[in-house]
Amino acid sequence: MNPLDPRILGEWWNTFLRGLGLAEGWIVFINGLVVTLILLGFGLTSVIFLIWLERKFAGRIQDRLGPNRVGPYGLLQTVADALKLMTKEDITPDNAERVTYNLAPGLAVFAVLMLLVVIPFGPGLIGVDLNIGVLYIVAMGSIGIMAALMAGWASNNKYALLGGFRTVAQLLSYEIPMVLAMSVPVLFAGTMSMHGIVEKQARFQWFGLIMPAAFLLYIISALAENERTPFDLLEAESEIVAGYHIEYSGMKFAWFFLAFFLNTLILSAIAATLFLGGWQGPFVEQVPILGVFYFFIKTTAILLFFMWVRATFPRLRIDQMMALAWKVLVPMGLVLVLLAALVVKLPIPGLLQNLILFVTNIAILLFVLGAVGRHLRKEAERYKVRYQVSGIR
Amino acid sequence: MVLQAIFILVALFTIGCALMVVLHRNLFISALFLIASFFGVAVIYVLLEAEFIAVAQILIYIGAIATLIVFAIMLSRGMMTGRTSPRNAQALWAGLGSVILGIALLYVVAYRVQWPVVQKDVPADAIARLGSALVGRYVIPFEVASVLLLAALIGAVMIAREKEV
Repeated sequence: MNPLDPRILGEWWNTFLRGLGLAEGWIVFINGLVVTLILLGFGLTSVIFLIWLERKFAGRIQDRLGPNRVGPYGLLQTVADALKLMTKEDITPDNAERVTYNLAPGLAVFAVLMLLVVIPFGPGLIGVDLNIGVLYIVAMGSIGIMAALMAGWASNNKYALLGGFRTVAQLLSYEIPMVLAMSVPVLFAGTMSMHGIVEKQARFQWFGLIMPAAFLLYIISALAENERTPFDLLEAESEIVAGYHIEYSGMKFAWFFLAFFLNTLILSAIAATLFLGGWQGPFVEQVPILGVFYFFIKTTAILLFFMWVRATFPRLRIDQMMALAWKVLVPMGLVLVLLAALVVKLPIPGLLQNLILFVTNIAILLFVLGAVGRHLRKEAERYKVRYQVSGIR
Repeated sequence: MVLQAIFILVALFTIGCALMVVLHRNLFISALFLIASFFGVAVIYVLLEAEFIAVAQILIYIGAIATLIVFAIMLSRGMMTGRTSPRNAQALWAGLGSVILGIALLYVVAYRVQWPVVQKDVPADAIARLGSALVGRYVIPFEVASVLLLAALIGAVMIAREKEV
């Protein structure tokens, strides 16, 4: 018996509950309640830390200190900010559609929190191992879109409405490459269950290493789905002020903020699960609790990458953003899915399959980058000619 | 017992939302109620242990269809704030016709159709079987639907395309 194995701990807990003489239905109920509370507590408190991390990390990248006044290393800054937001006056615009206006922030957080259920934190540590886990993630994403639309419309503000339009246009467009990228590991693993996908990535057969192009495709679409730079034109201050949450203040704004950071965390966790082997790593077989450690290391690495991008990149124009989704990412995703489907069915050993996939992925990546680079150079040339003709330098 | 109570609650919620879709005076709110009613249907699928269909329902009906409807309403001028009346001169006859049609349909569904009933758990590879059925036995309807969608896609591109000067 290994006390460090969460599965055995779970068994022990169930036996303990049965020993108390509870009916099977009650045990299911209590376990559900406990898991829900743990996930909620984890999700909501991790956001406080995440906001601090993002500000500190971005600060260091941009040669600043970041928050450093409240608590050691400014650790309590977010707590102070949260308290400030809670005590702020709650303003509802006169012409807002009240019910929808108040429903939208809650729905935004709901859509993200629901995703925590299918994330495998370690061997046996998963809320519910749905056999349609990946599809469930995609479906919940569409509820988030509705929240943004509702907020944009109910505020009765033209900037909010424009922000809502942009949100739908962007999230719908980038959902397609994201689903294509996610279906590549699903095809390769032969299952949609998050736990099953992790188990297929044992012995460093991480799908992100075998198929770097699919991994990159997922990362780019995740940045867009999360409304992060360079895709943050949904809340571009210089164009539409703050986008769909312009009218929200105090706690309701905090809810959108919460949904945003929680979404970053969960998209990183999904990336770690689908492409970096989740809780797989050395000695996980012997000491399963190490899996939790590996999972968080991988998630944090992707998280820091997202923050790095946000701290350094400028914003895309809306036409560039749409062109990138439909003319580059979607065709690339379709080719990758086709490729994975073909290679998986080839009657050759697994190692050779991996090698073929790796080589073709790199080739696709080089081809796409080359094509985009050529296009951008041509466009730059065109602009130069146009400005010289009209006399503007 | 508990399941039955949940089912009744969810069914009432779904029907209530569906009624609000036709009765509410604001078109945008009607669309939001439509989404709520889709969600209720998804919960009923979950109660029937058809998780895949439930998630597909959310993905396709809420994620795609409802979003498109809401988008269309938002882009039509005056539809957002205007209060449209759900009734017109033919309200009485339309209501009567719907009630009679509804009763007739319910009668047929409840008494005339032999529903195949299987007292077994859902097999673990239900999704795999569904997939094989789609590209095996039901391949022609599946492909016809794909061709239809492709035609719609090409049509949309043709309409939206910039005119060459």
